[in-house]
This record gives sequence, structure tokens and C-alpha cells, in this order.
Amino acid sequence: MSKNTVSDRFRKVDVDEYDENKFVDEEDGGENQGGPDEAEVDGLLRQYPSATGGPEGLGARERPGGERAELLVVKVLSSFKSSDIEKAVGSLDKAGVDLLMKYIYRGFEKPSDNSSAVLLQWHEKALAVGGVGSIVRVLTARKTV
Amino acid sequence: MAYHSFLLEPISCHAWNKDRSQIALCPNNHEVHIYKKDGTKWTKIHELKEHNGQVTGIDWATDSNRIVTCGADRNAYVWTLKEGTWKPTLVILRINRAARCVKWSPKENKFAVGSGSRLISICYFEQENDWWVCKHIKKPIRSTILSLDWHPNNVLLAAGSCDFKCRVFSAYIKEVEEKPGPTPWGSKMPFGELLFESGGGGGWVHSVCFSHSGNRLAWTSHDSTVSVAEGGKTGMLTSLSSETLPLLCVTFITENSLVAAGHDCYPVLFVYDGAKGGLTFGGKLDVPKQAAQKGISARERFQNLDRRASESQSTDKDLNTLHKNSISQISVLEGGRNQCTKFCTTGMDGGMGVWDVKVTLSLIVRFWL
Repeated sequence: MSKNTVSDRFRKVDVDEYDENKFVDEEDGGENQGGPDEAEVDGLLRQYPSATGGPEGLGARERPGGERAELLVVKVLSSFKSSDIEKAVGSLDKAGVDLLMKYIYRGFEKPSDNSSAVLLQWHEKALAVGGVGSIVRVLTARKTV
Repeated sequence: MAYHSFLLEPISCHAWNKDRSQIALCPNNHEVHIYKKDGTKWTKIHELKEHNGQVTGIDWATDSNRIVTCGADRNAYVWTLKEGTWKPTLVILRINRAARCVKWSPKENKFAVGSGSRLISICYFEQENDWWVCKHIKKPIRSTILSLDWHPNNVLLAAGSCDFKCRVFSAYIKEVEEKPGPTPWGSKMPFGELLFESGGGGGWVHSVCFSHSGNRLAWTSHDSTVSVAEGGKTGMLTSLSSETLPLLCVTFITENSLVAAGHDCYPVLFVYDGAKGGLTFGGKLDVPKQAAQKGISARERFQNLDRRASESQSTDKDLNTLHKNSISQISVLEGGRNQCTKFCTTGMDGGMGVWDVKVTLSLIVRFWL
């Protein structure tokens, strides 16, 4: 009996890998598309200080991936004047509002300086347009932004 | 709108008999209770005790007066009324996980059971051996089946699953029926054939429903969307991302309109435009009574500010809906799925609401005008 229990090599075997009925997730692999071009967005910001071009530009590029994109988005969102936020949110379509909500929550995950306060303002306006459903879609989304 | 509170526990599932005088429901335990309508009161007349696990699905075959129940104990029973009591017959489902939902087919010669074993069991009665036999539909289901609905032709079956997809299968059993004619969903229908699969959405498909003609299929998903697909037109899949919490149940009330309800505790109306292929939000069907605005004294204002950081008496979070908790199931009472006049909702608050379509629709119109 004691001989059988000496070796613990079996503990290194991942039995789930050998399960025939294992659920294999089908990810469409859309995560690695290029993020928004930093230079282009910076250029836009300089051209339009009240930056109404920002969110539409983001909406046009669906699912950019990576941390770079996320920092960029937070930068763009912070550059808006408080009074312009509502107008900007209003100019987005439903899919755009959902995408915006995703970025807002991503931004909440990594707070920096003043970002949370600005993001909260955006969150309030986006919630008014998208409703609780847009938050549910952030939580259930399978392709994370 | 009538509301009757049956229990303090959630009602797991319910089913009505043919003349809607009796309702069979599961009070969140291993039993099924049948209540009979006595004027405005409901009295319990039967208790069906056979399951060893929570009863997850009940369906009442209205014409042949049989009840089928399925439970978390991996079994299903068909109950027949003999001399005033309901006698169960065990159905071997050959599943190794809990059964989740059950539905009689329109002709009531077979029923389908969805389970956590990632398959659907289609059960039919074999006369020679005098017992219920089942066949499995396995591919390409990858996760638990949450909801089922039969097409009026008795062969096609829609299934909503936890692998984020809604599918239409053929459940043609040659022992009990003739070969079906072609439908907009397809013409070749051998058993287990997949005729339609929705694109991967973001959430579990909680509920599926065919329209009265069978040409349209609606489903609700956990990412707060409602979708409608039309048979034959593969491109015609319209989704509406709602602003509400996820919807748990849906039914057609006419060929163009659906009522759905869920975690927001009130039913909502959706209107589908076949020509443009668009789905629009029609309105909330539970219009709360407008509370009279009383004058608030200055003292009360400061008290409210102190207690709840807002000056008004009632907060937005007070539920002034009929149901006080999520609605989990909706069933048509009168009029069928093409001209529904009454439908019923049961929920996790243990109550049952009966909704009059004409009355609730007129309330929306008055509210929005």
C-alpha cells in the first residue's frame, strides 16, 4: 500500500484534457486587430478641441484590442468638456453605446489620476441612453475589449 | 390584471389544463401541486409526489389530459388521471444530468426533454412494449438546453441552449407519424437534422418561441437581447438590444408582436415588422399607478436627506410592478399565439399574474400619448 502512494507524478496529469466531451470554446480570433492609430487620434484631438470626432472614430473601428487602445480611449474621453459629453453620447448608435460602456468599465479597472471621475460622468450619460441592458452586455460579452 | 399569490417560494414552472380551470405548478420542491379555480379563490386539489429532485418542467397535454413532468433527478414522469388521482409512469430518459425543460408536441404523441447532459430526449410511446421510449439529439449541442418549443407541424423543435445559440432541429419519429411536408425552415427533415442555428450571441438563450404559423422564431438571451428569425430567409435575423435586465421568457401574442418578461419583473411588448425586418420596443405592460404627490414639509425633507441622501419620499428602487420578483415563465391563456387575449406570468415571488391584452395595451397607449 505504501509503495503505491509514494509517487505523486499523477498529480501533474491534467485529466480534463483527456475528457472526450470537453467544451472547446470557439473564439473567432478577433482580438488582435490593430488599435486606433495613435497619431491619427492625436491629430483629430488637436484639430477639434471639442473633439466630437472621437467616439464616432472609435465606433468605426470595431473591437480594437489591447491595452494601448484602452489608454487611448481614456485619454480621448478625458479630453471632452463635461457639457459636451451628453451630445457625444447622443450621437452614437446602439452598438456604439455598448462599445463605449465596455471601454468605460475597462477604464474603471485601471484607474489613474483623474480618470475615474471623468469615466463616472461618461457612465452616467451612457446609462441614460443605453439603460441597464448595455451594462449587462458588458458583463456577458465574450469578446472583451 | 389579476394577481394571485400562491406561495412565498418561487414557482419553478407551471402548466394549465384545457379550460384553464386548473393549474399545475411546482412550489420550488420535489412535488407538483394542482390548484383548481373556485370563483376567485384557488384550492389545492392534488399533490403529485414522485420526483426525488426539484421539478424543473411541467407540461399539460390539453387534449389527452396527461401531464409530463421532468426534474433534477434526471427523470421524467407522464401522469394520467385515473379514478380521480394522477398516476405516474416513469420515462427512461438515459441522461446523466438534470432535466431542465419539457414540452408536449402539438399532436401530443411525443414530448421533448432538454437537459444538462447537452442533449434533447424525444420520447414517444411504443405500443408493443407499452412503455415510453426515447431518442437523443446530440450534435451539435455543446451545453445545457434551457428551453424548447415545438413547431405546429409536430416535427420541428426549437431549442435554446447555454452555448449561446438557438437552434431548430427535426424531431421526426417515423414510428408515430407521417413524413412532414416542406416548411420555410427546410424540406429534408430526418431525425436530428439541424435546420437553423443562430449566430453566437453574447448570452445563454433563456427562452424560445415559434409564432402561430411556425414561420417565425423568437428567443431571448442573457445579454438583454430579443431576436426574431424567419424561416427560409437566412439573412433575416433581427435582434434588439433592450435597455432592461435579461428577459427570461417570451411568447408571441400575434404573428407580429411578442410579449417577454424577465428580471425586471414586468412584461414588455415588442413589435416585429416582417417587411423591414425590424424589431422595436412596444412598451412596458405594467403601468404603475401614479402615486399622489403629497406636499413634504421642510422637516421631512431634511430627514430624507439625512437617511437616504435624496429629498423625495420614495426612491426609484421601490418596485411598483405587479410581480415583486423576476418573472420566470409566461403562458398564453386565451386566443392562441396569433390572437392572444389573455396571458399568464409566474415568477420567483410565488405569484401568478393574469394579464388582459386589450386592457394592458390601452394602458400603454394612454401612458405614451
